Amino acid sequence: MSLLEVDNLCVTFATPDGILSAVRGLSFAVEQGETLGIVGESGSGKSVSTQTIVGLTQGARVSGSARFEGKELLGMSDADLRRIRGAEIGMIFQDPLSSLHPHYRVGWQIMEMIRAHERVSKKQARQRAVELLGLVGIPMPDKRVHDYPHQFSGGMRQRAMIAMALALNPKLLIADEPTTALDVTVQAQIMTLIKRLQHEFGTAVIMITHDLGVIADMADRVVVMYAGKPCEFADKRTLYHQPHHPYTEGLIGSLPQHGRRGSTLKSIPGLPPSLLRVPPGCPFHPRCSYAMDLCRVEQPGIVEVAGGLDHRSACWLPPDAVGTAPDVVMRRHRAARAHGHDERIPVASTHDESAST
Amino acid sequence: MKAQTTPTAALSASTETLLQLTDVVKHFPVASGGLVRRAREQLRAVDGVSLQIRRGETIGLVGETGCGKSTLARCITRLHDLTSGTVSFAGQDISRLSARELRPYRQRMQMVFQDPYGSLNPRRRVGSIIADPFAANGLAKGAERKSKVLELMQLVGLNPEHYNRFPAEFSGGQRQRIGLARALALRPELVVCDEPVSALDVSIQAQIINLLADLQVKLGLTYIFIAHDLSVVRHVCDRIAVMYLGRIVEVAETEELFRRPRHPYTQALLSAIPTPDPDLVNGDDRIVLRGDPPSPIHLPSGCRFHPRCPRAQGRCELEDPALGHPDPSDHNHVVACHFPVEDGEALTPGRQEQQ
Repeated sequence: MSLLEVDNLCVTFATPDGILSAVRGLSFAVEQGETLGIVGESGSGKSVSTQTIVGLTQGARVSGSARFEGKELLGMSDADLRRIRGAEIGMIFQDPLSSLHPHYRVGWQIMEMIRAHERVSKKQARQRAVELLGLVGIPMPDKRVHDYPHQFSGGMRQRAMIAMALALNPKLLIADEPTTALDVTVQAQIMTLIKRLQHEFGTAVIMITHDLGVIADMADRVVVMYAGKPCEFADKRTLYHQPHHPYTEGLIGSLPQHGRRGSTLKSIPGLPPSLLRVPPGCPFHPRCSYAMDLCRVEQPGIVEVAGGLDHRSACWLPPDAVGTAPDVVMRRHRAARAHGHDERIPVASTHDESAST
Repeated sequence: MKAQTTPTAALSASTETLLQLTDVVKHFPVASGGLVRRAREQLRAVDGVSLQIRRGETIGLVGETGCGKSTLARCITRLHDLTSGTVSFAGQDISRLSARELRPYRQRMQMVFQDPYGSLNPRRRVGSIIADPFAANGLAKGAERKSKVLELMQLVGLNPEHYNRFPAEFSGGQRQRIGLARALALRPELVVCDEPVSALDVSIQAQIINLLADLQVKLGLTYIFIAHDLSVVRHVCDRIAVMYLGRIVEVAETEELFRRPRHPYTQALLSAIPTPDPDLVNGDDRIVLRGDPPSPIHLPSGCRFHPRCPRAQGRCELEDPALGHPDPSDHNHVVACHFPVEDGEALTPGRQEQQ
């Protein structure tokens, strides 16, 4: 049994403009002690899906299932969920300033977290808070425990959040863009810290990010999401060297790489679709340089492809055409042409994406 | 494929100096704490920066939050007045000019901002936003102005039919294009880009980077490019200046800087970049700096980097190092350090002890 098994998760919100489908059929599993990366751009549903799993999306219509150690989380009562959140599943968010209460001392907030789940005296809880702050590398933790969040720097706040998330030694840590708001030097500190703690306590981590560099460093396996759907699953090496889905290929091509200074980046034309009006067929087809007739009408299912162990992709291209080598790209284009690929370069769609953000 | 656009631009970059910064200082007064408001303290955002920018090049300014890179950009474009020092644009000292005298220079240098949502007035139509520079300078009226705006929209890859739309109807990447069209309206020579792509998704970011490179070739622009994403800076810039606490600590040509960083801070900064390639992950030889940058109000004595520097020795605490050439044969590489990292010296001593 996996630590967390998510099966066909769908999340929709009713908005004045219509039904917004934020997540449309996401399945994945997280094993004990591993790090699963979820990558995607804004509006791809990467944050909404994990927030739904821990019951933090209010007013959403949710279907599917999410089992944590065999217990179904979706539809669990608030009281039961509260017992799991924090104690069994810890969470770190992107913006530590808005996740810490500005009115209470940092130490007090960590103590409350401990006391909400365990019967310990105030003194013991304070002792634990000091230990935790020391563990995450805050200097003079016995003094800083009395500080307010605004007295901490961005990196220290994120450390305090991590201390809080790990206070009860959870089995799973959900890190939602934990380093996005930080400088690279501080980001390096935080990534090293998460890895060290994961190693020490054997915590499983779900790392949500848009930064493929962070994924390459932290994750074991990766899910790539686009417009609310997973488009590719792979271990990180396969994903970087033998991507199958054209969106993954585009994401990797969009990154400035060493030794190609000044060359034109292979950007993906156009914009992600509005989640109120997701295009029929494969949601990526309007931006895809291989789009075939089939792609415009029918959604591809997620199938096993040739890159590596458990490499799956949701694309109609031949399953053995993986990688970014020129001969593979040629083969993909040939396959696409044989099935009604329109030669014209995909045009930047002109509709606004503001509704989706 | 229009590969290698920037290097060709670099070759055509003349040795003519477009912008000369000499000892630029910008201090902001801050009220000190305590019951009695005593003498006000100074936040030293930019504290003595000298830099030469050649026509046609792209120079990157990098550093952590609060190192003064955005303040420096605003001093260059005179959005801030300087505390002391001079900024010469094409040979003319513009740092003391009055608003009226500054006008012709304002047309020649423009700025693009980070936040594509905050830098456009949400209640005005895109066409009129882009026409602002013409209106402000009383240029090109009526139909001529409109045709110029349409031309600009085309230039930056916007659909001219969207002339009458509001900023809210555009995505982040498109808004950044609007900001760029506005900046280019008066055909400036220098464009200061303050984090132009940091708020954008990766796939959109690549579109804007390509656009900036195209425009540079087409219009012969000089860019000052500020970004905290060093892989973007490496891709875009000919030269890079590294800032720390209001000072420039190292300047070098891009590849030279990445290959042979001489300042320990540059070395740590570069090693902290997450590499988007699992086989090259640098997690193991990453130099993790201790702590955060000190406050720019109470600066450390001597070298500003010494409290966090793994190589610091007694001298660093006492003496402020000046910018100098570590390698006499390379005049483009300058560094402010008493003990610059030597060629081939991969790891800093402090780091080796840890391992």
